Amino acid sequence: MKELVILSGKGGTGKTTVAAALAHLGSEELRLVLTDADVDAANLELVLEPKKVEVHDFWSGKRAVIDPELCTACGVCETVCRFDAIVSPEDGDRARQGDGSSFAYGVEGLHCEGCASCFYQCPVEAIAMEDQRAGQWFRSESRFGPLFHAHLFAGQENSGKLVTLVKRQGRELAQESKARLLLVDGPPGIGCPVISASSGADAVLLVVEPTVSGVHDLERVLRTAEHFGVPALVAINKADLNVRRSGDIAAFCEREGVELVGRIPYDTIVTEAMVDGKPVTAYADGAVSESLRGIWRRVKRRLELEDGM
Amino acid sequence: MIIAVASGKGGTGKTTVAVSLALSLAGRQDGGDPIFVDCDVEEPNAALFLNPTMRERREVGQMVPDVDLDTCTYCGRCAEVCQYNAIAVAAEAVLLFSELCHGCGSCTLNCPVEAITEVLDIMGVLERGRCQSADDGGHVEFAHGILNVGEAMAVPVIRQLKEWAIPPSAAGAMGNSVATVILDAPPGNACPVVEVMDGADFVLLVTEPTPFGLHDLRQAVEVARDEMGLPVGVVINREGVGDDGVDRFCEEEDIPILMRIPIERSIAEAYSEGVPLVEEIPEYGERFRAMYADIERLVADGKESAS
Repeated sequence: MKELVILSGKGGTGKTTVAAALAHLGSEELRLVLTDADVDAANLELVLEPKKVEVHDFWSGKRAVIDPELCTACGVCETVCRFDAIVSPEDGDRARQGDGSSFAYGVEGLHCEGCASCFYQCPVEAIAMEDQRAGQWFRSESRFGPLFHAHLFAGQENSGKLVTLVKRQGRELAQESKARLLLVDGPPGIGCPVISASSGADAVLLVVEPTVSGVHDLERVLRTAEHFGVPALVAINKADLNVRRSGDIAAFCEREGVELVGRIPYDTIVTEAMVDGKPVTAYADGAVSESLRGIWRRVKRRLELEDGM
Repeated sequence: MIIAVASGKGGTGKTTVAVSLALSLAGRQDGGDPIFVDCDVEEPNAALFLNPTMRERREVGQMVPDVDLDTCTYCGRCAEVCQYNAIAVAAEAVLLFSELCHGCGSCTLNCPVEAITEVLDIMGVLERGRCQSADDGGHVEFAHGILNVGEAMAVPVIRQLKEWAIPPSAAGAMGNSVATVILDAPPGNACPVVEVMDGADFVLLVTEPTPFGLHDLRQAVEVARDEMGLPVGVVINREGVGDDGVDRFCEEEDIPILMRIPIERSIAEAYSEGVPLVEEIPEYGERFRAMYADIERLVADGKESAS
């Protein structure tokens, strides 16, 4: 079983468009399992028509809660908290817990990182650490195979942990069901969700646009992949928008010894397909779909998925 | 006034809007030049559009434990209290995983023999400088943070960037007397975005009129308006592609649409070369200033109805 993760560094360069197309093309030839690892902006489901088979809560991290009956307002918690999450009685408007006029200290939930420093230092044991339901994750059946996806609740932490969780689920099912490919739609950026998504992958496919920001961010995400020892492939999206910069990207890939697996032309057909809720390759033939078929062929060869098909 | 520019979905035009808003206000505020802060520390690229001349640089990180093994009794209390599994104690060894550490200091406080001190673990750099607007010689003050490759946590770098770059008088200041601060947020809806929006007076959400744009916009509204209680407004970028889902959503939710930028290949091409929208099409300067006036009015109205 091989594992391919679609990344980009910069957001909105077409990761999900490419992932959906590869899911479509791949499912015609081999058994695959899909995972959407962009848990705080999960879009893959919008073009795969998944039916949820399992729904699970994601419990992660804790929040401090102060019992106003026990609190003596000594202020130790506020002194030890480094995240500005403790609200003093005089500053009651900010408190989301307890009422502003009360004598007790409170906790600002969005600031609390669950470190429990206050819990351990409170001299009267007025503080409890409560588990947080930070999101949900799902196993679905999609038109191209099983899909694991998740929804991190608004503003929650620990997206890296949720990414690790859905990816592990995907990997386990792929192994059990003898799937040939685990295809992961990744998050933007280079931080913890990206590190979690690409950990242990056979390759990452970096989708880049020929813009100054696209090129800048490509280099950072490529260095991140290298840092964690994962080989990278590159595809240029909207390649004809700026032919010169596309050439720069191709030259960069050559210098870095990174395979350029395709160039997708700029075409509003991509958005039309999205509005119709379909991968672009299942929506229309044409230059965009043709380029994505080429990308699939090269990815297949690179991951040695051709044998036994 | 502090305006956070965010989106949920990536690549919708946050930086395009934030950069052009800052340039449009340059030279027009009595309180000083607008301050632009690129808070996307994982992929900071506003500097590619604003070309600031940097004049200050500093390394940032967080305090992580340093255990004095001569004093340590290997009792394991530090590992027991750490909520992030960042420290482990074996028979005669203490293992520290600094990439998991949140710098809370709880281990230091709990060590019964005071064997723990804290040292700065460098996670990235902050830089600041100044850029010139093309039209009339106004300036924009600029700052950004750069997370080191391989580092997992963006939040501590964002937090310190904001402390460093935002003057204390900016929050809640109305009118022209204090410089406006514009924060360019990273994509997504998780903790780094919350860190950026925290303390802002207004959140400007840039979206595109597509199912992906709408899906992520809903979540961004949940974070900014419902969780954090901040006033929000929307910019629809690439108007003309997609469908009317975003329009209907904004109408149902009573969210003002403050600007529409049509889908035009020339705008995308200028962007690809790092040319700000207001420089490619100068007429947008007036539109961004009008939008800023709308935002001021929305913030003032919000304050009035709250009091």
